[in-house]
Amino acid sequence: MSSFLSTNALLIITLVKIALLLFIILTVNAYLTWFERKVVAHIQSRWGPYRVGPHGLLQPLADGLKFLFKEDPTPAGVDKFVYFLAPLLSLALALTSIAVIPFGPAPIHLFGRDIYLGIADVNMGILALFAITALGVYGNALAGWASNSKYPLLGGLRGSAQMISYELSLTMSVVGVLLMAGTFNLREIINAQESAHGLFGWQGIFSWNVFCGPLPQIVGFLCFFVSAIAETNRVPFDLPEAEQELVAGFNTEYASFKFAMFFIAEYTSMITVSCLCAILFFGGWLSPFPATSTWAFTHYLPSLLLIPFGLWVIWDGIRYETILGRLILPAVGTATAAAGAALLYFPQVNEFIQGPFWFLSKVFVFLFIYVWMRGTLPRLRYDQLMNIGWKLLLPVSIANVIITAFAILKWGAR
Amino acid sequence: MTPQLGIFCVLAALSVLGALSLILQKHPIHSALSLIVVMVSLAGLYLLMGAEFVAAVQIIVYGGAIMVLFVFVIMLLNAGVEEYTNLSKLAGIAGIPLTVALAGFIAAAIGRSGEAVQAAAQTGAVSSTRGISTMLFKDFVYPFELTSVLILVAILGAIVLAQREK
Repeated sequence: MSSFLSTNALLIITLVKIALLLFIILTVNAYLTWFERKVVAHIQSRWGPYRVGPHGLLQPLADGLKFLFKEDPTPAGVDKFVYFLAPLLSLALALTSIAVIPFGPAPIHLFGRDIYLGIADVNMGILALFAITALGVYGNALAGWASNSKYPLLGGLRGSAQMISYELSLTMSVVGVLLMAGTFNLREIINAQESAHGLFGWQGIFSWNVFCGPLPQIVGFLCFFVSAIAETNRVPFDLPEAEQELVAGFNTEYASFKFAMFFIAEYTSMITVSCLCAILFFGGWLSPFPATSTWAFTHYLPSLLLIPFGLWVIWDGIRYETILGRLILPAVGTATAAAGAALLYFPQVNEFIQGPFWFLSKVFVFLFIYVWMRGTLPRLRYDQLMNIGWKLLLPVSIANVIITAFAILKWGAR
Repeated sequence: MTPQLGIFCVLAALSVLGALSLILQKHPIHSALSLIVVMVSLAGLYLLMGAEFVAAVQIIVYGGAIMVLFVFVIMLLNAGVEEYTNLSKLAGIAGIPLTVALAGFIAAAIGRSGEAVQAAAQTGAVSSTRGISTMLFKDFVYPFELTSVLILVAILGAIVLAQREK
């Protein structure tokens, strides 16, 4: 038994990591829907989910149960095989793309092995990711086609046209970063930003790719983010599922859990894009502060955030309307504050947590921007969408590549 | 059986089955899907040879961009189910012998240069981006640029044809 474990250790560790990451990603997805509804509601002066659980915190659970137990009719005249294949493809590809993303710099030492945060450390990391997302288009297109209905067909057509158009600028806008890093490996792209000189000799935030290098990649970042939003079919580029015109677009004929699969796929690709933004342009897990002793106090930021947040949740919880809330919220608050205090007590854990802390904070900021835009921006018209893709983003991102290449020739990669 | 051989067998079977299904399916979308299966399993075979870059580009360009356009056009034109034709006389007389001859030639070529093919498959130099770009932009720069011109001509031709119909 033990020899089996030691010979197949890598396989077993990877399987455990996959299971763990799937669980985390699906939970985060569920609470991302809650977060989105809450933020959009507050933008529009509403309360958002409030009934199921304290502050609507059990709403994702209720939604999940509803998805599972709803009737799942298959419309007449659908192409059965493709109809079932489409949501599967969407979800599988969206979840696979998470596998290449590294979440932290240092490995965990467990059972005498170094276990890195992140499933696959692929040399062609960014290319593998683009390959997976390139296939993701089929989920939408085939769902629209197989449904045997006019609105999904229009949604699917729009989706595939939009994704073809924006994939070009999405890929081109990354080339500047790749030129500066000289690698496709996501881990090495982050490490290259750590060793950069930085603007005005300031390390930390000014050695990230957006602000530093021979040519700051801020234009590249803007192109990347806009194209990525279009690729994930989110507002203001959500034409494939424009409610006012197409009922629900490509997923109109899908119900119950097959609809949920599209839903989860969309939110998962939001997370992937946010991770990519953080990795490629914002230094991944690097702290925005220089690694000098003057800034050493910033290592206590996780505790400084967790403890007051926990105390606030306790304070909010003891005055909550329902008894359930008065039980759950203080418990959650105590746990959070205790975790923050524990970080102060175990400096090793605190050091380890720095990388993932900054990485997740950056990802969270981008997710918030996603939701923020959904709450504020109107949807683009179809011709505007095509104009932005082909006449603005593509030329600008190509120009960015050329200028970056010349800047590297002149001043060197760093 | 090593894991590599097992993966190779699965991928090879998938690509052959996909190619057969591409021809035998009656609906254009199903044929296009079969072609995507072929493309992706070929990418898997490249990956098995250690050519990561080629594998990724195979999926991005063929599996992603080109096949999405195929599917897009089939959906846009709403192409219906097709029927099998009877074997035409030309196909019976010329096609089948030619097919057999082609298969024979390929088999002979592989059989004769068995070691050379394996050696070519195992060179890791082609897998790195640096190696590929030196090959493309230094060793084979003229063929590469000529191919670009060829593609440009094809694009211009497509535009001219599309304009004429108006």
